[in-house]
Amino acid sequence: MSPVLSGVLQLLALIAALALSYRPLGDYMARVYSSEKHLRAEKLIYRTIGADPDAGMRWPAYLRGILAFSAVGVLFLYLLQRIQGILPDSLSLGFTAISPDQAFNTAASFVANTNWQSYSGEQAMGHAVQTLGLAVQNFVSAAVGMAVAVALVRGFARSRTGELGNFWADLVRGTVRILIPLSVIGAIVLVACGAIQNFSGIHEIGRLTGGTQQVNGGAVASQEVIKELGTNGGGYFNANSAHPFENPNAFSNLFEIFLILVIPFALTRTFGKLVGNVRQGYAILAAMGVIWLGFTALMMWTEYAHHGPALQAAGGAMEGKEQRFGVGASAIFATTTTLTSTGAVDSFHSSFTGLGGGLTLLSMMLGEIAPGGVGSGLYGMLVMAIIAVFIAGLMVGRTPEYLGKKIGTREIKLAACYILITPTLVLGFTALSMALSSPPESILNVKGNSVDGSGAHGFSEVLYAFTSGANNNGSAFAGLNANTPWYNTTIGLAMLLGRFLPMVFVLALAGSLAEQTPVPETAGTLRTEKPLFAGLLVGAILIITGLTYFPALALGPMAEGLS
Amino acid sequence: MNNSVRSTARLVGAGLRALLVLTVVCGVIYPLVVTGIAQAAFHGKANGSEVTVDGKSVGSERLGQSYNLPGKKDKDGNPLPDPKYFQPRPSAAGPNAENTQYKLIVSGASNLAADSKTLLDAVKQRRADVAAFNHADPSAVPVDALTASASGLDPDISPAYARLQAKRVAEANGLPAATVEKLVEDHVDGRVLGFMGEERVNVLKLNVALRELAGAGGKR
Repeated sequence: MSPVLSGVLQLLALIAALALSYRPLGDYMARVYSSEKHLRAEKLIYRTIGADPDAGMRWPAYLRGILAFSAVGVLFLYLLQRIQGILPDSLSLGFTAISPDQAFNTAASFVANTNWQSYSGEQAMGHAVQTLGLAVQNFVSAAVGMAVAVALVRGFARSRTGELGNFWADLVRGTVRILIPLSVIGAIVLVACGAIQNFSGIHEIGRLTGGTQQVNGGAVASQEVIKELGTNGGGYFNANSAHPFENPNAFSNLFEIFLILVIPFALTRTFGKLVGNVRQGYAILAAMGVIWLGFTALMMWTEYAHHGPALQAAGGAMEGKEQRFGVGASAIFATTTTLTSTGAVDSFHSSFTGLGGGLTLLSMMLGEIAPGGVGSGLYGMLVMAIIAVFIAGLMVGRTPEYLGKKIGTREIKLAACYILITPTLVLGFTALSMALSSPPESILNVKGNSVDGSGAHGFSEVLYAFTSGANNNGSAFAGLNANTPWYNTTIGLAMLLGRFLPMVFVLALAGSLAEQTPVPETAGTLRTEKPLFAGLLVGAILIITGLTYFPALALGPMAEGLS
Repeated sequence: MNNSVRSTARLVGAGLRALLVLTVVCGVIYPLVVTGIAQAAFHGKANGSEVTVDGKSVGSERLGQSYNLPGKKDKDGNPLPDPKYFQPRPSAAGPNAENTQYKLIVSGASNLAADSKTLLDAVKQRRADVAAFNHADPSAVPVDALTASASGLDPDISPAYARLQAKRVAEANGLPAATVEKLVEDHVDGRVLGFMGEERVNVLKLNVALRELAGAGGKR
């Protein structure tokens, strides 16, 4: 079997698995978020929080809940890292406290569902920080994203009310009923493949030629599974999902890709169920699926073709890739992780072909909506759908409507603000970093190291860092030394603003939609469940992103890929 | 004003209690349950798939290790590969810089770009070195021998790279070439379920088997 055929078969197997899980999981999640019953464990949790799970919240209250919960999360995680030095060795593994700027960066990163890591996992974080801090945020930051998506969907589904549901109930249900059960199953599968799961700490094992080597123990499988399922991406080890203890074989690799995609895709079914028309969900799914499949096919093509002087000399694009995965599966992982807000890697994007690296960048620049992060993918895509409906309305000269709700001045302003946030953060911080004198010193692939002497790849390293941060991805062109006060602070800010500012606009939008009286469907209503609309949506996404980022992409990956 | 301060405090209090209770659920109960099941059902794998020979640990099946001549260095101070063993892929995992308390195995990639001159030179150098070391034609050296892996701990090499090394390994161990070539073929792992990933040879398992063979032949 040729490597290309193997790659295509793996892609088909993945699609089949996603298709099989789409309806059951999507319907289940719809029931979770619309159920009136509370589990006994949940009642206990609500009593501890001191919240009434049945109290409806208007959008400002919902937002305040998210901000309070997330702010406490940042502070807790920051303090946990700062006190690591005084924890007992069994909890800290003997590692010292994390520096203030790096601790801020890491705390912001995990709470914002980004999981950008300027530290090296096996050399910095002990059991306490990994398991009590980072893994917990993997769960709850994902549950927050899903809660916001569900709140927006309720905005479409409800009328003449401002209430979007209860944040505490959505947070707890997402965690307890969706993420934890799937994680337990997934973690066992990963251990069966060979991922480690223990608390034995750093210990010595032998070597064949004599002597010993020291390896980390840790609760790796349990953290690995939620890192993918919650589209977080922060690895236990420096090499992330390329590390054999995190991702032991080709099956676990494909399984991890499946875990990344399963919730974001299935949420379109949940959306369809909750708005009472599953075909509306299929249209959104189609737009997501077309982009994901198109990017994956392009990525596989460019990686198999291995353009670039060094890769041509080697005879294949295997730099920064593992033998057990090969080129094809690594390419699928790379597009999946960057089109969602995951950022886990099973191969290192910096050593991809120029065009392949550019594709990972472009994937994130689309706003991570195809299918996107858990929750954030759906609400990002629905905001784009509103823009697409608006464009279509302009073409035919009608007041645009979506799902029976008028898209008026207020709605379009909120949607426009949403899509302007990340480009502003990405391009602003990248420009600042290139203009100032010391930040560029962190670049690995500098001018002079590059064969053509252009330094295009070096620019891409910085552009990638802020694109990854502001879009809450977390993957990196890891040549960049990002553990400096400048990058720790600016990327930390980009992650927080890139996560929570859009949520403000999404929830305001949801509130405004929920207050409306639905407009009856007429012959002139745009049929948003039809393929034509899905096509329009894909076009709108590509054009808006293209126009926003083309100049920056031309300076970086396109200059490298075409030279 | 006073009112809004009080309601903010109440909200932050709720947030803190929510975080703490979810920390207990997701950060204590969940990992302990998974660890319990994993340790009971998959004890060896959950603890790192250690390989033992005659009761002595020789490493982890999952992690690559180096097979160098003890105490010998080339003129640049790099260790020299031991011709008696199959050699793994190049590794770009960095030195253990951040914490000097342990001699930890560190993972990582080179992150060098496809148009990097450093990488281009490294590939050319490796091609020449691997060809000379194995008395092979430079054009026969496969790609995995020329590129650093993603983890820096890749436990596998391609069957092509293992076959390329077979003759040299056989000579160094005083074994017939055909015996070592057969050993390599016996250690080729196919794609998972026939189509996932790539064919590969686990270097540690191959070297363990090789040493048994060489020991049995009385050549060591």
